[in-house]
Amino acid sequence: MRTLALSDEILMQVEKPARYIGGEINAVMKDPEAVKVRFAMCFPDVYEIGMSHLGIQILYGMLNSYEDVWCERVYSPWVDLDAVMRKEQIPLFALESQDPIRTFDFLGITIQYEMCYTNILQVLDLSGIPLLAKDRTEEDPIVIGGGPCTYNPEPICDFFDLFYIGEGETRYRELISLYEDCRDRGLSRQDFLKKAACIPGIYVPSLYEVSYHEDGTIKEMKPLEEGIPERILKEMVTEVSDTYYPDKPVVPFIKVTQDRVVLEIMRGCIRGCRFCQAGQLYRPVRERDVEFLKKYAIAMLENTGHEEISLSSLSSSDYQKLPELIDFLIEECSRRKVNISLPSLRIDAFSLDVMNKVQDVKKSSLTFAPEAGSQRLRNVINKGLTEEVILQGAKLAFEGGWTRVKLYFMLGIPFETEEDIQGIAELCNKIAAEFYDTVPKEKRNGRVQIVASTSFFIPKPFTPFQWAPQCRKEDFLNKAYLTRTAIMSQLNQKSIKYNWHEADASVMEGILARGDRKVNQVILKAYEKGCFYDAWGEYYKHDVWLETFEECGVDPDFYTVRERSEDEIFPWDFIDCGVTKAFLLREWKRAAEAVVTPNCRMQCQGCGAARFGTGVCFDKHAGVTEIQTETEENGNEGTN
Amino acid sequence: MKVRIKFSKEGPVRFIGHLDIMRYFQKAIRRAGIDIAYSTGFSPHQIMSFASPLSVGHESCSEYFDVELNSITDTEDIKNRLNRTMAEGIQILQVAVLDEKEGNAMASVAAANYLISFRDSVSLPDDWKEKLTAFYEKDKIPVIKKTKKGEREIDLKETIYQLEIREDQVYMLLDAGSGSNMKPGFVLETFCAAENISLPEYPFRVRRLETYKRTGEGKLVPLIP
Ligand code: SF4
Repeated sequence: MRTLALSDEILMQVEKPARYIGGEINAVMKDPEAVKVRFAMCFPDVYEIGMSHLGIQILYGMLNSYEDVWCERVYSPWVDLDAVMRKEQIPLFALESQDPIRTFDFLGITIQYEMCYTNILQVLDLSGIPLLAKDRTEEDPIVIGGGPCTYNPEPICDFFDLFYIGEGETRYRELISLYEDCRDRGLSRQDFLKKAACIPGIYVPSLYEVSYHEDGTIKEMKPLEEGIPERILKEMVTEVSDTYYPDKPVVPFIKVTQDRVVLEIMRGCIRGCRFCQAGQLYRPVRERDVEFLKKYAIAMLENTGHEEISLSSLSSSDYQKLPELIDFLIEECSRRKVNISLPSLRIDAFSLDVMNKVQDVKKSSLTFAPEAGSQRLRNVINKGLTEEVILQGAKLAFEGGWTRVKLYFMLGIPFETEEDIQGIAELCNKIAAEFYDTVPKEKRNGRVQIVASTSFFIPKPFTPFQWAPQCRKEDFLNKAYLTRTAIMSQLNQKSIKYNWHEADASVMEGILARGDRKVNQVILKAYEKGCFYDAWGEYYKHDVWLETFEECGVDPDFYTVRERSEDEIFPWDFIDCGVTKAFLLREWKRAAEAVVTPNCRMQCQGCGAARFGTGVCFDKHAGVTEIQTETEENGNEGTN
Repeated sequence: MKVRIKFSKEGPVRFIGHLDIMRYFQKAIRRAGIDIAYSTGFSPHQIMSFASPLSVGHESCSEYFDVELNSITDTEDIKNRLNRTMAEGIQILQVAVLDEKEGNAMASVAAANYLISFRDSVSLPDDWKEKLTAFYEKDKIPVIKKTKKGEREIDLKETIYQLEIREDQVYMLLDAGSGSNMKPGFVLETFCAAENISLPEYPFRVRRLETYKRTGEGKLVPLIP
């Protein structure tokens, strides 16, 4: 039986001790003597969040399928244990072996949202690994960053030895073999990093230098040495139906956020919503073969015993074989008494019919994400959803017995006016009216319940809005009050509930998202002053952050409210995510004119992603010749 | 038909709470492909009932739950199939088909026995064994017990069926009936309070040895006799 790193006394005094004991079903145990490389895979947030992440399950399974590697998991200890570990100087450990992280060869950290940056430092700190990469020795693990936030790794580049840019399935074997080889030959950490920098998709920040203009914008970023690539092209799986997928995901003992089998049906999104970073980063769309999905669905259900399965993708309705897949799942799952959960489906006759079969209509609610209140502003963000479609969907749903509707909007979108905000309230009102028109009085069971939620828009790298100024906190709050007042003045206001997000955290997320190397010191200092778990409202210390920016002499407004010129070099420009800067700029201009752009299946826009030679770009109806000429032209313009 | 399953819970899994153990077995039964009966309704759940919850941190070699099965191969096969998909520290020890008349596991529990040791952090007087024996030999041990409904005085002695010192550990057979369940830690805390022995937090290591039901003649027998 394994011995735990924490004593019984400690485990008994912390909340949910099962977070720290490992040993879950399908967790992988290996003989440490029989492997060459120990890899700790980290999600820098609490266990329940980290365990719900599909990407880690994929990489965990894949790395453990290599005979010479043992990959284990580590998450952020919750604040209660954090305090005990600091006080008693207990080093952070991996769940499986309970061995200290510091003794590992690699610590891989997936970075899914900006507000976890201080938790990265928590993990390094508790592990006893120097926070700054430059202070690490031959004894320390190689610290790797991956995940969506690494498409702008600059604000956290001081803390990482290397970043892996793009999808994890493709280059880990090569990277680990290189490490083994370097070690066998007695080469140093620095030698390994230099060689690693030449593997496609790998970025070693210490090998680059950035110079700035007087106004603080970037003049140039260049490698410090000959042979280190100037640009890093993201890594991508070209054959999504012939790649590693976990058939034995780890089954947590405690309830986690995503307590179900997750079937990733495709990567990427055809839609091209201009605010959405994932929609650009994961281009082009690649659908997994339906037979591949059926096989994995069954295997995962059998190997986990989960009572629910969920489809995962950015826009599941766009998966072309969705009806076939759903028919299959409905049949299999009803036999096995397994629930099906279908997030991110567009509301239409088909999806309502499906939801009717898989959910309890009385208990479930409909979700629409119009994102903007008026058609003009929806054109600005390129969200194809029209009012007509929403009302039609709502009508169908009300006829089908649904009485609860959730609506998601963003406030602070570029080019937004008061009328657009007014539009949010009007749309909610129209949906309520649709209910009262559709459902006769005697069939109503009380009012329709409409819940409108707004989040504040944060411009992200690699989107057409990367040039856009972000709203100030006061503007955000003003917009929220406007929305509330507008909703209150609607005829059906009693049927509408309104929620809005915290503005402070949105401001900070914006700074970190488009930050540059100068932000590293601020994050470090904020952490030293006690900031962590910033993604958790109750632990987020806005004042401390602002104070720290001031102490470091870094102006937060530089990253948020400033309007960027078309030819500005962005901190992330050295990364090539497939989509060209020229395409994004074109989209930014179309946004200003409120012109919509057709999706990849309607008409290819020559975004640049066709160079990967796969996915929707090569579907028959996308028109291959058209793409090729377009990319050639844009490829040269580049994003330098 | 109803089947009773006995399992152990030892090692790191002792930190998994009762509700999570229930969820664990729901998934385990699916993994093992056991033909369990489901309730009707929109979200059907497995028909399963656990005997008595074990406190977090305690070990046990006699946990029980009942399941309703649609069909059954044989008990040995069920045991093997479950054991192939258990986590470290949880082992299926026995599987038995229940008589139709048998009450469910939870209602049947009458008593349980435990082996308790003091952690190193507890400083005990040299003569603690004699003192504990003397404490137990009293006719009555009146004590205030906190319940959900408030405080009430009970006679601790009535809930202790047996108490023995075995080397440095304490063995106890205690009332475990649904309304009168006595926790082993409470017995020793009462003793220590009476003797002015100060206790740190989490002073005991507890291991449940067996869970008993009462036969018609009033005899205590294990839930699977
Ligand atoms: S190249 Fe064309 S089809 Fe391919 S992702 Fe870009 S816009 Fe879509």
